[in-house]
Amino acid sequence: MKILAIDTATEACSAALYFDGEINQQYRVAPREHSHIILPMIDQLLAEAGIRVSDLDALAFGRGPGSFMGVRIAAGVTQGIAFAQDLPVVPISTLAAIAQTAHTETGASSVLSAIDARMNEVYWAAYRLSDNGCMHLVGKESVIAPDQVTKPGEGGWTGAGSGWSAYGEILKAAVGPGVLSGQMNECFPSAESIVKLAVAEYQAGRHVPPSQAVPVYLRDNVAKKSAA
Amino acid sequence: MIVLGIESSCDETGLAVYDSEKGLLAHVLHSQVEVHAEYGGVVPELASRDHIRYLMPLTEKVLEQAGIGKHELGGIAYTAGPGLIGALMSGASVARSLAWALDIPAVEVHHMEGHLLAPLLEAGAPGFPFVALLVSGGHTLLAHVAAIGRYEIIGQSLDDAAGEAFDKTAKMMGLGYPGGPVLAKLAETGRKDIFRFPRPMTDRPGLDFSFSGLKTFALNTWENNRQGAEDREQLRADIARAFEDAVVDTLLIKCRRALEQSGCSRLVVAGGVGANQHLRQRLQQLANEHRFSVSFPRLEFCTDNGAMIAFAGSLRLQAGQSQPLDIDARARWPMEDLLPLAKQ
Repeated sequence: MKILAIDTATEACSAALYFDGEINQQYRVAPREHSHIILPMIDQLLAEAGIRVSDLDALAFGRGPGSFMGVRIAAGVTQGIAFAQDLPVVPISTLAAIAQTAHTETGASSVLSAIDARMNEVYWAAYRLSDNGCMHLVGKESVIAPDQVTKPGEGGWTGAGSGWSAYGEILKAAVGPGVLSGQMNECFPSAESIVKLAVAEYQAGRHVPPSQAVPVYLRDNVAKKSAA
Repeated sequence: MIVLGIESSCDETGLAVYDSEKGLLAHVLHSQVEVHAEYGGVVPELASRDHIRYLMPLTEKVLEQAGIGKHELGGIAYTAGPGLIGALMSGASVARSLAWALDIPAVEVHHMEGHLLAPLLEAGAPGFPFVALLVSGGHTLLAHVAAIGRYEIIGQSLDDAAGEAFDKTAKMMGLGYPGGPVLAKLAETGRKDIFRFPRPMTDRPGLDFSFSGLKTFALNTWENNRQGAEDREQLRADIARAFEDAVVDTLLIKCRRALEQSGCSRLVVAGGVGANQHLRQRLQQLANEHRFSVSFPRLEFCTDNGAMIAFAGSLRLQAGQSQPLDIDARARWPMEDLLPLAKQ
C-alpha cells in the first residue's frame, strides 16, 4: 500500500510517503515558502521511491486547523493530485498530527494539542492513545481563549504545539495543577504523523472523494457584516 | 491543444476548456455575489474559502460539458495575478498540482491579459495592433496592444476604477451591493441633462482618468435635491443618468484620443463595465462616425471568467511557455512585465 501525505498548515511544510510499512518524509520549517516547495518535495519523494503518482492508493493531508492560507494550499494540492489520478483522500486533523508526533517522540499517551491561533486564542483538542498506536480525539476540537480551555480530568497529560509556547502559563493555570506531566512547545504537525493516522483511516474505509478534500478552519467568524 | 483555464482572482470561480483547433468547448462560473452582499463588499477570506470549495465540482462540470476526459487535456492555465492573494492561491494550488499529476504543462496567466484578449474569442476578431479599453470594477486603463504579450499602458485611472465609481455611487444612493448594474438600469429611466456632471480630465491632454470626483458630485447632487424632491425615484434616476453619461462621455473622449495618438483604427473593449449597454451603443456610434472598428466580448465574458484564461493560456502554452514546479501567485503584477510570445 502506498499513501502520500502533505501538510502546510503551520510554519512547517512536509510531505511523507508510506510505502508498504515504511515511511519517508521531507520536512522543512519554512514560513511563507510552502507553495514554492511542496510540489518539489512530493516529486522528490516519489522519485526516490521509484514510483509514479499513478501508483498511489490514496492521499492524505493536514486539513487544519492552522493558517487559513496554509490549509488551503494543502487542500488545493490534494484536490489537484487526487482528481488527476482518481485517488481517495483521507483528511487528517493537524491537532491530531501534533498529538501523534508527541507520542512518537516522547511516548506520551495523553496529549493536549494547542496551535497558536493568534487573536488571543488557541486551536485546542485532547487526544489519547488507542490500541492501534494512533492518537484519537477525546471530546472535540475548538478555537478558544487559552484561559477557557476545558480541563481534561486526571493527570498525566503532555502539552504539545505552538499554543504552548505562546500561552504556556495561561494554559497550565487553566488545566489546573498536577495535570501536566510534560510539555513540547516545538511540535508542529508533520506529514509523517498524518500518514500514520491516515493508513488506519484508509484501512477502515474512511476516506472522501477529491471534491471533499476541504479545509477545517474552526474559526468561522472572519468578517463583520456591514450595517447597511 | 486542449487547455483547462482556471480563474479565481476575486469573487468569481470560472473554469473553461479551450481547444486551439475547435475553439471554446465549455465554460462554467460560480459567482460569490451573494456571499459578499451582506458585507457590502468582497471579503477576501470568504472569497478564498468559497474558491477552494467550488474549484473541484466546477472542474468536473466543465470537463463533462466539454465532453472530454481529464487525460485529454494538453495543458492547464491559471490566473496568477493580479488579484486577492488568497483567492489566487486557491486556484494556483489546484491548477499547478493537477497539471503535475497529469504530467502536462501549466502556465500562469495575467488576469488583465485575459480580459484584453477576451474579444478575440469571438468571430471576426480584430487583428493587431489595437487599442484596448479595459474598464471594470478593479481597473480602468487604455493599452496599446502591438501583439500578444506586448502591452503598453497609455492611460489609466489615477483613483477609482470606473466600475468602482458606479458601485460606490450606487451604494451612496442606497441601491445596495454591487449596485453598479442597478445604477445603470436606473439610468435608463433618467432624463437627459437634468443634471450636468463634469467630464473629469478631458479638458487637458493625456489619456489618464479620474472617477472619484464623480461619486462626490453625485452625492452632493443627491443631498442638495432630495429634501424638496417630489419624486425621489425620478431624482435618483436623473442622477444615475447624469452620472452614467459623464462616465461614458469621458471614456469615449479618451478612446478617440488614444486611437488618434496611436494611429490605430481598431478598438477593443473589455471588462465588466464593457457590458454596459449605453457604453456599447455610444462606442459603436462613435466608431461608425469616425471609421474605426470596435469589438466587444460577449456579455458573459466582460466579467471575470475562465474562458479568457484558457484562451490566453493556450496561446502561451503553444508558444512553449510553461511554469516550473512551483505554485506562485501575486497580488500585484505590472502588465508591462509580461513576456511577448516567442517569434513563430
